[in-house]
Amino acid sequence: MPWELTSDRPIYIQLVEHIKFDIMSGRYKPGGKIEPVRELAIKASVNPNTMQKAMTVLEQSGLIYSNRTSGRFITDDQELIDSLKTSVAEAYCRDFIAKIRQLGYSNDEIKDNLNNYLE
Amino acid sequence: MAPLLECRTLTKKYGNTLALNNVSFTLEKGRIVGLLGPNASGKTTLIKLINGLLTPTSGEVLINGMRPGIESKLSVAYLPDTMFLNDWMNVKQLINYYSDFYSNFDVDKAYDMLKRLNLDEKMRVKAMSKGTKEKVQLILTMSRDADLYCLDEPIGGVDPASRDYILSTILNNYNENGSILISTHLISDVEQILDDVLMIRFGCLYIHKTVDEIREEKHMSVDELFREVFRC
Repeated sequence: MPWELTSDRPIYIQLVEHIKFDIMSGRYKPGGKIEPVRELAIKASVNPNTMQKAMTVLEQSGLIYSNRTSGRFITDDQELIDSLKTSVAEAYCRDFIAKIRQLGYSNDEIKDNLNNYLE
Repeated sequence: MAPLLECRTLTKKYGNTLALNNVSFTLEKGRIVGLLGPNASGKTTLIKLINGLLTPTSGEVLINGMRPGIESKLSVAYLPDTMFLNDWMNVKQLINYYSDFYSNFDVDKAYDMLKRLNLDEKMRVKAMSKGTKEKVQLILTMSRDADLYCLDEPIGGVDPASRDYILSTILNNYNENGSILISTHLISDVEQILDDVLMIRFGCLYIHKTVDEIREEKHMSVDELFREVFRC
């Protein structure tokens, strides 16, 4: 299945986000191996050079490291993964709050709604 | 080392009609490049010049540093935009024909692709639909182990499911030494697999950038940019 990508932003950035999400959600286990670039590119239906660029960005962020002989691995630094999770969760919340405020909801109403929804 | 493909101030006139006007660019190895432009913008002319089917009015084309000729024809696999196969032949005969002609033709690869696309090797070209003919032509072209693949409108008549398979075939066949130049109007279908975009407008090279450069600078996809630039 090709990965879902939107048309308005650079492809490599979306690939980075996709892989980050898979790391945070635990689809890729900390310390686990990640598929070769070519394989990932074919899976995502994107150009291998673009996938390579995404890998470089992920390596720079420390989430992925490469071992010259045996390929690329996910970091086993759980703190790094957790802090990424926190910042992504914050961004989701900010986005949600901004949108629901535009609909005219007060803070109390937002809390009530959220509580109802969570139950 | 000479680049895989270099066009220097390439110009082609048909009588008084200027088809290509002073086009210069180089193409490195290991790239998948989209050749985009509206009808009559000069895409096919450019591809024919690269393959030595036309001679430039001025300027030159160099493939691995050499002008198109017998040697370049071994390193360039060309898929024309028209039907070129003998229609009395069946697929098996075509594969034999190609492997006789081209020393770099991989018969196993061709049969493998045929199987994946559920094509019957005994089928004659005469009995094929437009889409099936296109698939067979593409298989024959992509089964060659070439440096440069020039695909002129390869997927126009092909259904979306087969199109996906063909695009993944292109990705699978891509290697660090080969490059693919693909002319198409189906931009949104191919955009994700492209490195670079060559956009031609009235015979002139209008844009030569990577897909992500375009998206970063213009905040739109290549498909959207095309529609904006060439709005009628």
